[in-house]
Amino acid sequence: MSPIIKRKGEKFTLPGKYLLFILTILCTGLIVLTFNTNLISAPISAVGGFIIVPLQDGVSKAGSWLGRRSQELVQIRSLLEENEKLKAQIDELTMENISLQQDRYELTNLRELYDLDVQYDEYEKVGARIIAKDSGNWFHSFMIDKGYEDGLMIDMNVMAGSGLVGRIIDVGPNWSKVMSIIDDNSNTSGMVLSTSDILVVSGNLELYAQGVIGFEKLVDSGDRVVEGDKIVTSNVSDKYLPGILIGYISAINVDANNLTKSGQVTPAVDFEHLEEVLIITQMKQSIDEETSIGEN
Amino acid sequence: MRRFLVSGMLVILCFVLQTTFFKGIAFSGIVPNLMIILTASFGFMRGERTGIAFGFFCGLLSDIFFGSVIGLNAMIYMYIGYANGKFNRIFFPEDIKLPMALILVSDLVYGLAYYVILFLMRKRFHFTYYFVHVILPEMVYTIFITLLLYPISLWINKKLEDMERRSARKFV
Repeated sequence: MSPIIKRKGEKFTLPGKYLLFILTILCTGLIVLTFNTNLISAPISAVGGFIIVPLQDGVSKAGSWLGRRSQELVQIRSLLEENEKLKAQIDELTMENISLQQDRYELTNLRELYDLDVQYDEYEKVGARIIAKDSGNWFHSFMIDKGYEDGLMIDMNVMAGSGLVGRIIDVGPNWSKVMSIIDDNSNTSGMVLSTSDILVVSGNLELYAQGVIGFEKLVDSGDRVVEGDKIVTSNVSDKYLPGILIGYISAINVDANNLTKSGQVTPAVDFEHLEEVLIITQMKQSIDEETSIGEN
Repeated sequence: MRRFLVSGMLVILCFVLQTTFFKGIAFSGIVPNLMIILTASFGFMRGERTGIAFGFFCGLLSDIFFGSVIGLNAMIYMYIGYANGKFNRIFFPEDIKLPMALILVSDLVYGLAYYVILFLMRKRFHFTYYFVHVILPEMVYTIFITLLLYPISLWINKKLEDMERRSARKFV
């Protein structure tokens, strides 16, 4: 090979050391910028969403299809047994349901009387599909296939079935990122439904291996909260709408300070097998702010 | 130019597979780290600068979509790519032991760095738990996928080098 070309090529190359140095400064700058402000994420995520999201949408279908097939094979036997049991349960529940329906009829009447029409089955919701999950193994955030073009905004609450999944922390044109309540850096203000005691539900990677998440800062001087109590989102939370089911208390311990209690919550949502979620398009602030009502 | 396009497509393909397909078939919730395989293997196959570039873009991609701040993953991956590039001089395509060892160590370093920065800093001191339940399974799974992915990236790199050599000869 002629040496001229080689020399020409080498003339323009930047040694690895300097490239590393420059990019380190760039990264540090980006970290500081994105940690403190929200300036840069919008343009970058718009570009990323344009290329990556359509691909993820397609491939995740294939991935979850394969996953489902392999699970089906494993589960067939246990499913047969379960089917028997469930059929028996259906009969029981139908009976129960009839009596509950009567109660419900009564409840609606009473609610109308008290004008308590802000219950969460009346929040406006849109459905979305999960198209990708966190690339690492440390956190539990995921992406859904709707974005601000569908009217979604940051901090909207996300549900699945009857339980709380998390909230939107980032939106692109056709995708949004959802941080789930089991995420290791998520803290949710909750409330024990039966006694209205406020507590903080915090996700924890370590506890989640056992299928639970932690709660703390429960002030319960009367010892009235017991295992199995329902925990819902609290009225004082600034991100979550009140009264959405988070889960059930599975263990309570008194803290070392003897004032507060902490323990474990079994989430109401099966996070392992989430495929579709519901986004509540109403925001917590929209109750008194006119600006976000227009978006609904 | 051709190398640039192929590399970009490879990074995007691995990212998409990792976030979708492998999440679907994850064993006990753990996915292999395809990006580390890519970063490390191109690092020691092509040298420091390619390692840095691959690391930077792989990290940036996961930051944009799943990071709490942009730039953190990019930095970790970038340094891993750079360090792997240092081994370019003793790398031979026929030898499989060095690449395997490097990728294993890279994934370990990535796991440790990620733990220290994002978990230890938030008072999650239970290191053994995280090591046994997250870092170690990820390493095992990653090295298993390496057996499939590494020959592919080796082959792609060889094809690209052949093409470049041919076009350079034509140019002369």
